[in-house]
Amino acid sequence: MSEKQRIVIPGDLVSRDPARRGDGTYVRDGSLYASLYGLVNEREKIRVVPLSGKYVPTRRDVVVGFVKEVTFSNWIVDIGSPYEGLLHVSEYPRRIELDEMSAHLGIGEAVLVEVKEVDPMMKVELTMRDRRLRVIRSGRIVEISPSKVPRLIGHGGSMISLIKGASDCSIVVGQNGRVWINGKGCDEGLAAEAIDKIESESHIPGLTDRLGRFFEETKNDADLNESDSNESDSEEEVVVESGEEAGKGNNIIDELLE
Amino acid sequence: MTKPESFITNGIRIDGRKPEEIRPITIEVGVLDRADGSCYIEHGLNKVLAAVYGPREVHPRHMQKPTTAIVRFRYNMASFSVEERKRPGPDRRSVEVSKVSREALEPVIFTEYFPKSSIDVFVEVLQADAGTRTVGINAASVALADAGIPMRGLVSACAVGKVDGELVLDLMKEEDNYGEADMPLAMTQTGEITLLQMDGNLTPEEFEKAIEMAQEGCKRIYEIQRNALIERYKRDIETEEEPLETPEEEPVEVETVVENEAEEETSEEVESE
Repeated sequence: MSEKQRIVIPGDLVSRDPARRGDGTYVRDGSLYASLYGLVNEREKIRVVPLSGKYVPTRRDVVVGFVKEVTFSNWIVDIGSPYEGLLHVSEYPRRIELDEMSAHLGIGEAVLVEVKEVDPMMKVELTMRDRRLRVIRSGRIVEISPSKVPRLIGHGGSMISLIKGASDCSIVVGQNGRVWINGKGCDEGLAAEAIDKIESESHIPGLTDRLGRFFEETKNDADLNESDSNESDSEEEVVVESGEEAGKGNNIIDELLE
Repeated sequence: MTKPESFITNGIRIDGRKPEEIRPITIEVGVLDRADGSCYIEHGLNKVLAAVYGPREVHPRHMQKPTTAIVRFRYNMASFSVEERKRPGPDRRSVEVSKVSREALEPVIFTEYFPKSSIDVFVEVLQADAGTRTVGINAASVALADAGIPMRGLVSACAVGKVDGELVLDLMKEEDNYGEADMPLAMTQTGEITLLQMDGNLTPEEFEKAIEMAQEGCKRIYEIQRNALIERYKRDIETEEEPLETPEEEPVEVETVVENEAEEETSEEVESE
């Protein structure tokens, strides 16, 4: 992580070789230029990793959404993007009657869904037909900038497993930057704090080391006031409807890591 | 404000600049937390704030385009931005400035990446001192980059004018009010001109020269815009790296030295004032 990161702005020359074109770049006059404000990532392809920006859905993304509206046969889901998601009744894990849609999934409820299809008109179809997808009824959801999602997961999932290990939570990172933290008797607050830290410092090198130190410090603090830990247990408001499935949370993340 | 006796004496303008010199510019990026991208510019006595939202859903719905994003630009002058209180709200002038500014920025934005969405730019002039549309474009272009919107490059804008029969770059209030011509120009970093307006009179020769001067001004402004964007994150990266590399005790000494220097500097300033 100690390698010097180069910041570019739109219009900066990144390479003379247009064949290495990656995300966040464009070709003009046979050369490669940045189209985004961000950090250059030179591998086989040259990408510009943006420092900010909106989430644009792509097929097979797992995202956390909020139900905005219930129509005749669809739920309209806010997926934190310029485009709303459509979840058809037939994509719900089990068969439900049209007039019972609100009872199963009402306005304002959170769902973990997968993007099934995005057409060129940006009609986004969602699905819940996978055992890792579900209605979110416990834990908490924190939001980060979608451009920071790769950093939060880390190389091969290193960053997210660090947080999971320290907080004992199951964490699901939606590609749209919404993160679901869940788990019985786990330290949700610590996980949320760590995620916040990653969001605000992701562009600064040495993030993993700093996070490791952060966890050590908080752990020392926690050891000092151990008596507090009992109270936090009672504060847990785990509404267990899908309680028996809670353990599966861990599998989800591993699958998300590609 | 009254008309000055002469605008240029011994090749120096009334605010101490040379004819081809721009006013001092400071740019701050990401000043607004609620907007997706933002920028605050002080350009001479101009103070301009730009905010960018989007890409986001289009309201009203009928404005959306099926294949591209639409760009909306609102230029607004605060009622306290000028000497005589300005009646708040849109007027003929601000509608025109909004339109030409939008058209100055649209060519560099990859609108085709975000069909059916809108990119909304808001420019608020807090204090005006001539050339606010160019400052607004400069601010908006930096704010767009800050919002993470894909662009071909930045847009920079600068005005040229004529006072006392001589061409001058980046007019200030007196020169604008009592001068003979004012010509704002915006261009992309590759040199394409995306905005060109003029009021007053220039001969064809003067016009050619004026365009060259404005382009030169735009290039200088581009460098300032670029620096502002780079510096915003570079500072973080460099300050955070140091403690990792240097042993723990040494930086303490360095810090105290820096503090002393800072104290000396401030005391000197007080004396000189």
